[in-house]
Amino acid sequence: MKLTSILAGAALALGLAGAATAQDKTKVGFVFVGPIGDGGWTYEHNQGRLAVEEEFGDAVETIYQENVPEGADAERVLTQMALSGADLIFTTSFGYMDPTINVAQKFPDVKFEHATGYKRADNVGTYSARFYEGRAVQGHIAGKLTESNIIGYIASFPIPEVIRGINSAYIHAKKANPDVEFKVIWAYTWFDPAKEADAAQALIEQGADVILQHTDSTAPQAAAEKAGDVYTFGQASDMAEYAPMPRVSSIIDNWAPYYIDRVQAVIDGTWESDDTWDGIGPGMVGIGEISSAVPEDVKAEALALKEAIANGDYHPFTGPLNKQDGTAWLAEGETADDGTLLGMNFYVEGLTGSIPQ
Amino acid sequence: MDLSAINPVILIASLMAAATPILLAATGELVVEKSGVLNLGVEGMMITGAICGFAAAVETGSPALGFVAAALGGAALSLIFGFLTQVLMSNQVATGLALTLFGLGLSALIGQGYVGIKPPGTAALNLGPLSDIPVIGRILFSHDLMVYLSLALVAGVWAGLRYTRAGLVLRAVGENHDAAHALGYKVVRLRLAAIAFGGAMAGLGGAYLSLVRVPQWTEGMTAGAGWIALAIVVFASWKAPRVLLGAYLFGGVAVLQLNLQAAGLAVPVEVLSMSPYLVTILVLVIMSADRSRAAINAPASLGRRFHASS
Repeated sequence: MKLTSILAGAALALGLAGAATAQDKTKVGFVFVGPIGDGGWTYEHNQGRLAVEEEFGDAVETIYQENVPEGADAERVLTQMALSGADLIFTTSFGYMDPTINVAQKFPDVKFEHATGYKRADNVGTYSARFYEGRAVQGHIAGKLTESNIIGYIASFPIPEVIRGINSAYIHAKKANPDVEFKVIWAYTWFDPAKEADAAQALIEQGADVILQHTDSTAPQAAAEKAGDVYTFGQASDMAEYAPMPRVSSIIDNWAPYYIDRVQAVIDGTWESDDTWDGIGPGMVGIGEISSAVPEDVKAEALALKEAIANGDYHPFTGPLNKQDGTAWLAEGETADDGTLLGMNFYVEGLTGSIPQ
Repeated sequence: MDLSAINPVILIASLMAAATPILLAATGELVVEKSGVLNLGVEGMMITGAICGFAAAVETGSPALGFVAAALGGAALSLIFGFLTQVLMSNQVATGLALTLFGLGLSALIGQGYVGIKPPGTAALNLGPLSDIPVIGRILFSHDLMVYLSLALVAGVWAGLRYTRAGLVLRAVGENHDAAHALGYKVVRLRLAAIAFGGAMAGLGGAYLSLVRVPQWTEGMTAGAGWIALAIVVFASWKAPRVLLGAYLFGGVAVLQLNLQAAGLAVPVEVLSMSPYLVTILVLVIMSADRSRAAINAPASLGRRFHASS
């Protein structure tokens, strides 16, 4: 990471000498919230970056920076990337939303792609994956597997994406097992292995025998492995090194096709700001192999659910559904519209506790 | 809210594990400060110990060797501080802060190749029937070796400082280095030994994080534990048993806040998250309210430079 930025700086210092070669190469920058070796979220984005390199070979040069804090510091990193000649920059975490918009205003010729956000501009597009579709499958398996009827959930920040995941997992766990109860811990971090491990430990101590996580490290998997009889799911990446126990399945983010597509658009000059939100169907959300620790019938049900979501027969948010306070949200057979989902700031009926404001 | 979901026995058992890294580091720092040296580089030594221990454990497959390497790594780093402050007589506060920054950077560099790797597991010590005793068995006899070692080290430091000749000399050096020097004690040599001991302990604390508690390597994974350890030494008014109390209090609040959240306590999460730090500040304020007593407890030569000619 440091080396890349030094090299980028050096390239900049070389000035005009480098400019001639820089023109025939398309330069693509990536800003990561964690280290590329986190085994989760950032790891998968980096796999997407490597796929871009593989696809385009010498026609494209990629640069990236890891562990960039969300907030003002991100602006500095983005500005530096734009100055070093990047044509397209992917900012891969929700917290980069405002910095991306701010820097994009200063560099109208540079294209930006912001993950999981909702603010767009002429040169800023957004993209995200319908992780809640994968959460539905997870919720079903979790509801079937739990014996204590307590499912622990390590949440990161109270933003719509995370709340959608909790709701979706809860709805389907409840369908599979009406007695199920969710315990949610807000870790207020995407990546802090020590804290994630402690949170998993606290949930296990309070009787949870299935742990879902919306944080990026494998620390909760390690905590569950130590506890012995606790099930977990890989988050963002397969985390297969913890299979078949405790990791029984996973949600895998597959960014590679999208990244290749967008880089191609920049090369062709056809890039336009848009909003992409794909799920299991187009392959942006993958379900990792359901391990042998899951009974065959549960596995079959989960795969059927996945199939129904993929071909559009079933929407994870289908009525009748009420909000937590008991007010009606979706009528029988009604499905949630994207607008409500994108701004989701409420729990569905049955979840206890409140969302931190 | 369902507070009955929190089992106090399990809570105590897990707070002991959660407090072990800061307990080790704080005990080491206690000895350093007792010898009259203020080393603010605890955080840097902890994180260096974390990666040295992690790397050694992964390469050799032995967690025990990992802990040895962590102690050596921490001690080696602390001796840089020792050389600068004791031989070249640099400012201890500035050098200590620099050591923290250096340690964070150095550990990130060493750790480049170790991100996302699983270390060999450290098994809980099997104490047979003892672990099956209700309540006490879970609290006292269900831990890994390092938890017991940390307790033994606290007891050893306490007894060593109080009852042995070496402890007396160390305290004398910390209280009045000129007098100790006049009596013929090797002030600089003794302080270097204390600094190395402090570094080794901080290294062990860091390795406990990366090898047992998380277990994984991440940049900056100590996340301020070294600073907490420093605060605990002051909180303990430089007494070993109180270091134990302070570390367990902090570990307890840190574990409790997660449990309260899981139990659905209707208190803002932000307040719960900052509670360990709030309690630390609060206790520090209370402890130092009586200025005269706080001043008596601090080693008189703490942070002062020593040169045989002066």
